[in-house]
Amino acid sequence: MDPVTCVIVPVGSLGTGVNEDHLRLGVAAGAHAIALDAGSTDSGAAYLATGRSKYGRDAIKRDLSILMRVRAEARIPLLIGSCGQSGCDIAVDWTRDIAVEIARENGLRPKIAILYSEQDAAALIDMSARGAITPLAPMGPIEPSVLRSCAHIVALMGPEPYIAALKGGADIVLGGRATDTAVIAAVALMRGAGAGPAWHAAKVAECGGLCTVDPTDGGVLIRIGRDAFEIEPLSPANRCDPYSVSSHMLYENGDPFRLVEPGGILDVTDARYRAAGDRVVRVTGSAFEPRPYTMKLEGAASGAFQTIMLIGIQDPKVLAAIDLFTERLHGALLDRVQRTIGAGAGDFDISLRVYGWNAVTGERVEDTPAAPREVGILFVATARTQEMATNIARTCNPYFFHFPLVRGGELPSYAFAFSPAEIERGQVHEFKLNHVVAVSDASELVRTAWVDLEAEGAVSHG
Amino acid sequence: MAKVGDVCRHVRSKNAGPFWVTVDFFFDGPENFDRYSGSPSLHADSIARLCGTQGAHVRSFVVRDLLMVKLTYPRRFPQGGICERDMHSGQQYVRFLDLEL
Repeated sequence: MDPVTCVIVPVGSLGTGVNEDHLRLGVAAGAHAIALDAGSTDSGAAYLATGRSKYGRDAIKRDLSILMRVRAEARIPLLIGSCGQSGCDIAVDWTRDIAVEIARENGLRPKIAILYSEQDAAALIDMSARGAITPLAPMGPIEPSVLRSCAHIVALMGPEPYIAALKGGADIVLGGRATDTAVIAAVALMRGAGAGPAWHAAKVAECGGLCTVDPTDGGVLIRIGRDAFEIEPLSPANRCDPYSVSSHMLYENGDPFRLVEPGGILDVTDARYRAAGDRVVRVTGSAFEPRPYTMKLEGAASGAFQTIMLIGIQDPKVLAAIDLFTERLHGALLDRVQRTIGAGAGDFDISLRVYGWNAVTGERVEDTPAAPREVGILFVATARTQEMATNIARTCNPYFFHFPLVRGGELPSYAFAFSPAEIERGQVHEFKLNHVVAVSDASELVRTAWVDLEAEGAVSHG
Repeated sequence: MAKVGDVCRHVRSKNAGPFWVTVDFFFDGPENFDRYSGSPSLHADSIARLCGTQGAHVRSFVVRDLLMVKLTYPRRFPQGGICERDMHSGQQYVRFLDLEL
C-alpha cells in the first residue's frame, strides 16, 4: 500500500473534546497530518444566519490548544474546515483570533492560512444569470430575491484550496465552509494517494470515532494508499470492524453508495471491507468519478421572532382529556389575541406543543390506553417583531396559566417554570439554498489570507 | 405479517442536510431481511403516504451486505422553520416501528 498517507481525525467536530493522549498515539504511528471539521448544517440555520459558533469559545480553545501544541511538536500540518460551525467569514475570523491567542500564550509561531468561502449575493445573482447555478432536489430554480434575503451565503470548498495553502507553506489551515471529506482527504490527495481511497477514507473518518465499535472512545487514524485504505481507532481500547466502518456510509447520507463532492462523485458500490487484525479495517474497491467542478451553496435568512412559555400540568382530569383541553386552550388563546391586540398583531402564529404527549409529531394520538402522568405544554408565539411576540405571550399569559377544562368553579393554576413566564427566543432562521454553482477553477470563489506568526516572531526578535 | 419493530434490531432516523430525512432499517438477520426488505410497505408510495410527501420524492436503497434498507424523503418543512418539532429528525423513525410489513 505504498506510498501511504497517514491522517489523524481526532474528533468528529472541533470543540467536542480532543483526547491529547490519543492524538499523540496517532503522531507516534507516523501521521502526516491532523485534519477535522468544526461545523455542519445539522444543528440548524441559526449558526449560518448569525455567524455564531455552536460550541463555546472555551471548548474550541481547549481543543485547538491541544491540536496546535501537538502539531508544532510533531511538525505536521493541521487542517480545519467549516470553522465556527457555519464557516462564514465572521465565524472563520472568530476561530482565527482564538488560534492567534493560543499561539501567543504558548509561544508558538505557526504560519496560518485562512480560507474564506463566503459569497456575495450580487456576484451569485450574476452567476445565476449566466446559468452557473443549478438547484438540487427538492428545491427549484434560484430567485435573486432569495439570494438577497440571505444573511450569509457560503460555498463548500473542495480540497484544492487546502492543498494550495499547504504548498504555500501553511502549518495550519483554518478554512471556511468546506465538505468534511475535502479537508480530511486533502493531504492524501496532495501526496498522490488514490482518489477513491482518499475520499472514501475521509468520508468514513469525518465523524471521528463514529465508525468504530465504541463511538464514545476517541478519534481515528486513516492510512491511505493508491488502491486501498485502512482505518483504526486512536484509542488502543477501541476497535473498528467491517460492520462499523461500512455502515458509516449510511449515516446522515441520503444515498449510501454515492456521495457528490465538489470535483466528482465518490462511489463505494464495489467497496470491500475486511478486518486486518483485531482493530483495523482495510477497504478496497472505492472509486471516484471526476465531474465538472461544482460547489454547493448554503444560505440562511432570519425571519419572524418567537417568544415562548412553558407550563407543567399534573391535574389528572386535564390529562385524561389532554387533546380536548389543548384544542380549547389554543382556540381561547387565538381569540384572546384577536380581541385584545387585533389587527396590530399582524401575521402571527401560536403553537402549543404538549411534551409528554404528542409534541414531537404534532399528530393526534391514536390507540393510547393510559393518560400521561404529567405533561409540559410549550407555548410558542411567532410574530413579525420580538416586541409583538412577547406582547402576544403576555396577553395570553393568564389564559395559558389558568385555563379550566370545564367552565365554572375555581380556576386552576398550572406550573410555570419561570418568572417572568415568557422567554424571548429571538428569530427563526431558515436555510434558503440547496443549489450548486459551477466554477472553472476550484479556487475561483475562495479567498486566502495569511497570518504568519513565524515572520512576526522573527521581526520582533530581529 | 410482522411489524418493523419486530424484525429490525435497530431503526434510526437523521437529517441528511436541511431538506431531507433518512431512515435506516437494520433487519435482525438474513432470514427477515430476505422475507421483508422487499415488502410493499417499504415501497416509495407507502412511505410517501406516511411522511406526507410524494412517492417520486422517496429514495430507497436495499443494502444486502448490511442487511438493511435505507429510505430518504424530503422534510415536510425545511429544518428550523416556525413549527419545527424535531430539528435533527432524530425521532422520525418512531412512526415506522409499528408499520406492518
